[in-house]
Amino acid sequence: MDWLNAIVQGILLGGLYALYGTGLSLIFGVMRIVNLAHGDFIVLAAYLSLVVTQIAGLSPFATILAVVPLLFVFGYVLQKTVLNRALTGNLLPPVVITFGISIILQNALQLIFSPNSQGLDAGSLETASIQLGRLNIGWVPFITLITAIVVLAILQLFLTRTALGRAFRATSDNPGIAELMGINSRQIYGIALGLSLAIVALAGILLGIRTNFAPAEGPARLLFAFETVIIGGLGNLWGTLIGGIILGIAQVIGASFNPGWFQLAGHVVTLLVLAFLPSGLFPRTREL
Amino acid sequence: MLKLQKIDLYYGQFQALFDVSISVEQGETLAIIGANGAGKTSLLRLIAGAHSAGSGEILFKGEEVNKRPAYEMAKLGIALVPEGRMLFPSLTVEENLLVGNYVRRPGPWKLNDIYKLFPSLHERRKNPSSNISGGQQQMVAIGRALMSNPNLILLDEISLGLAPLIIEEIYRVVKQISALGTTVILVEQDVRRGMNAADRVYCLLEGKISLTGRPSELSMEEVSQAYFGV
Ligand SMILES: Nc1ncnc2c1ncn2[C@@H]1O[C@H](COP(=O)(O)OP(=O)(O)OP(=O)(O)O)[C@@H](O)[C@H]1O
Ligand SMILES: [Mg+2]
Repeated sequence: MDWLNAIVQGILLGGLYALYGTGLSLIFGVMRIVNLAHGDFIVLAAYLSLVVTQIAGLSPFATILAVVPLLFVFGYVLQKTVLNRALTGNLLPPVVITFGISIILQNALQLIFSPNSQGLDAGSLETASIQLGRLNIGWVPFITLITAIVVLAILQLFLTRTALGRAFRATSDNPGIAELMGINSRQIYGIALGLSLAIVALAGILLGIRTNFAPAEGPARLLFAFETVIIGGLGNLWGTLIGGIILGIAQVIGASFNPGWFQLAGHVVTLLVLAFLPSGLFPRTREL
Repeated sequence: MLKLQKIDLYYGQFQALFDVSISVEQGETLAIIGANGAGKTSLLRLIAGAHSAGSGEILFKGEEVNKRPAYEMAKLGIALVPEGRMLFPSLTVEENLLVGNYVRRPGPWKLNDIYKLFPSLHERRKNPSSNISGGQQQMVAIGRALMSNPNLILLDEISLGLAPLIIEEIYRVVKQISALGTTVILVEQDVRRGMNAADRVYCLLEGKISLTGRPSELSMEEVSQAYFGV
């Protein structure tokens, strides 16, 4: 087996998982809720991109300009109209509601787009790669990893250097006291879900360019997002990147022994982390 | 500038304030004294918008503000220094102060003024706020409130658990704040400290106003009767 290649491919795959995990982690960090529809939003973003490419004849990369703002607004409105009503301090209502949203999304996508899988066509870039000695680095996975790093860096700057970012962290610490400082926590939650879904939009489009997707694949994406944040440590931004990379490496190495071990290897690593380091490799820090 | 009229406050079935009427003029310093559980914190949180009154009226700068959310009251110029400091533990000292300025009200207080007021905070400004002494935490809590340039500042038991020297320092600052024209309402269990600092006093007993007046005009027997109810 070519270990170096497996590790490099795993790191590249980890970029995609970091994008999956960041949105999930952001929501949990600010609101302490788990969004069970997270994976379905990723798939939804891929389909939205598909629609925009078909209507406007754009390249999938260009659809980012439409799909990212669209999902931001969708997240904001969803939080303000539905999820804010479920924030009663009880863990269960948001779980039930996001589970319901997950089912609705899967069925709606199936109804509109059929259960068959489709892909986004990015032309020759899809198969283009950089040859480095015996390493073969695909452009799309490379762009995905860079996107994840840039998103995390921007998010960190936002959270530490801007008044709104500090308000996010203050609300995460204590929403009641944050309100006394003039911070409308429900507004913050709306923006948080908006940001989460904007990152999801990037993840969904890059997923769709990389591989085919189908309406029922959301829950598997959610699982990878969960595994990423469990390994990296929930609420730790850069831990999410490391978590994604470790998950990616585990999956690629597992698959190189036996293609059927792709997911299994990831689950095993996650369970090992849960068993020995229940708060992840990099527990929650003061960023979020 | 602030007037509460016949306020009743409930937590579910439990009534915490009964028919409370108080008023405070621009620039005045008011002390609210009372025993444990008398309703002092409830009263301050009500004024700050964290609770709403079941009945009665709250007028701030002539406007009826009962049932306005806390974040709007902060914008109107009310700042609460909550009981127990309640800093944001995952933020640094300086970030806590900056969050106080979220409402961006114009006024005299900037970050540097807070550091001038409490010099020991300056060298700790990069520390996590959970990582400083109790006295410094209280200073951050007061500084955070000042950063919103409030017209009315509410201080809930700022001396609790602090060493006498620190309490002196903090009360010196309260005098300075008041000298700038800011209206102050402070809650104290330490009756003498509250009466010394204030122009007028209200005593709360089991959710009711049991006594009010100027400290110089009240005898110790009157106060102790109103405080303990015996
Ligand atoms: N959130 C709440 N829910 C239910 N009851 C409450 C709540 N907060 C306060 N109380 C009750 O209301 C009464 C007044 O409490 P409050 O905290 O206002 O008193 P306090 O005068 O500030 O007391 P202390 O000196 O101990 O701080 C108490 O009986 C308390 O148990
Ligand atoms: Mg109290």
